[in-house]
Amino acid sequence: MQQHPGMRIDVQGGGSSAGIFAAQQGAANLGASSRELVAAEKKLHEIAIAWDGIAVIVHPSNPLGNLSLEQLRQLFQGKITDWRDLGLPPHAIDLITREEGSGTREAFEHMVMGKTEFTPSALVQDSNGAVREIVAGDPYSLGYISAGLVDERVKAVPIDGVLPTRENVKKQSYKLVRRFLLVSRIPPAGECKAFVDFILSPQGQGLLEAEGLVGVK
Amino acid sequence: MDKEKFIERVLFLLALSSISSLVIITIFIFVEGLPLIMHTGLKDFILSSHWAPTKGFFGIGAMIVSSLLVTLGAMVLGVPLGLACAIVLAEFSSERLRRLLKPTLELLAGIPSVVYGFLGVIWLVPLIRDHLGGPGLSLLAAAVILGIMILPTVISISIDALTAVPDVYRDGSIALGATEWQTVRRVALPAPSSGIITAVILGMGRAVGETMAVIMVAGNAIKLPASVLDPVRTLTSNIALELGYAAGRHREALFATGIVLFVIIMILNFSATLITRRR
Repeated sequence: MQQHPGMRIDVQGGGSSAGIFAAQQGAANLGASSRELVAAEKKLHEIAIAWDGIAVIVHPSNPLGNLSLEQLRQLFQGKITDWRDLGLPPHAIDLITREEGSGTREAFEHMVMGKTEFTPSALVQDSNGAVREIVAGDPYSLGYISAGLVDERVKAVPIDGVLPTRENVKKQSYKLVRRFLLVSRIPPAGECKAFVDFILSPQGQGLLEAEGLVGVK
Repeated sequence: MDKEKFIERVLFLLALSSISSLVIITIFIFVEGLPLIMHTGLKDFILSSHWAPTKGFFGIGAMIVSSLLVTLGAMVLGVPLGLACAIVLAEFSSERLRRLLKPTLELLAGIPSVVYGFLGVIWLVPLIRDHLGGPGLSLLAAAVILGIMILPTVISISIDALTAVPDVYRDGSIALGATEWQTVRRVALPAPSSGIITAVILGMGRAVGETMAVIMVAGNAIKLPASVLDPVRTLTSNIALELGYAAGRHREALFATGIVLFVIIMILNFSATLITRRR
């Protein structure tokens, strides 16, 4: 903002669908989304600005060393409900998912669940932060959050032997990677284009990296 | 037109506008929600527990049961506490103590529900998880938090009901040789029983309608709970959790959830009115 003193940017939250909806309606020049566009939304212009891994997290005291994608699916299908089934001391797993409609949940569903449904027994929380908060406090819990938000209070579990580190996300050797998009009704022009160019510039990408995301450039 | 009439008219219009907002809200909820109930069928909507709105399954059975269970739990915890508190304040305490305690209790009603929820997450949930088992976010946690939240409603209405009992009743009872406790139990409590039941029902309405604190401590799983340590999702939580993202049928389903909630609250309020009128 210091370099562009005359520019005004209004920011509004509400989730990926809200961002896409606002862009479709023309209420916003750009909508931000953490999920892919569905067929009906494909008319929008999409600009990928960053990669983000979805990290599967457990309590730091949890010794779990690896999960296969198949095990992860069975966990969230409700077929694995006890830590015993994963080779740990027996105790019920407190499974945490996100609310219906969340971008993180949709990406997870798309990459892990396929056509199958989440178990209704899973706890539902309405933000990455809330999931992390519970996992940080509960030694028997397992949840998933944006990899950029993993901190020292929780532990990311390797999926098929790969940890969601920056390099692994960038190389896509980590399985659960999604794109962050900016979408617009018309191709960005003027100030709007300047903003997009800024985000894709080394400086903008650096800012995204500082937030824990992985740049596309 | 003279000034008197004019002011009357203005006040009448203002009164009307507050009622009309209720009517408009009601109409809006029903217009938005009824198509889905027609589409799914009332029976499937209310009795099925399969809720996967983006896949076309709209069953809120488990949530109705959960809402009722959480409310029942809150009543079991909150009513005896509230009633005991009201009896002490109205019957056994000095005027000075009452002057101090009643406003304090009413302050309890002014604490935002998100603060109750936060306390629940930080203090109550780990307590339940470590000592009783389960994930901590549970039916029990929600019931305890709600039990505390309904206290001000239950206490202040019960006190009003108790203090409305004329002192001659008490004096008569004492004069006949009854102890103070006998007087409270046989005279002061039964006389305003309709007022106390109203207090309970209004507390119930508060418990059914509470959203924020419940979302934070109840765990929000869609399944029917098998024990008090299981996570539950109430009707209000369902709406608040998913409305931000919902579109199309999903959105309609959330309004339909609102209709069910509306009907439950209406039934509670009507019974409260009926009971008070019986006096």
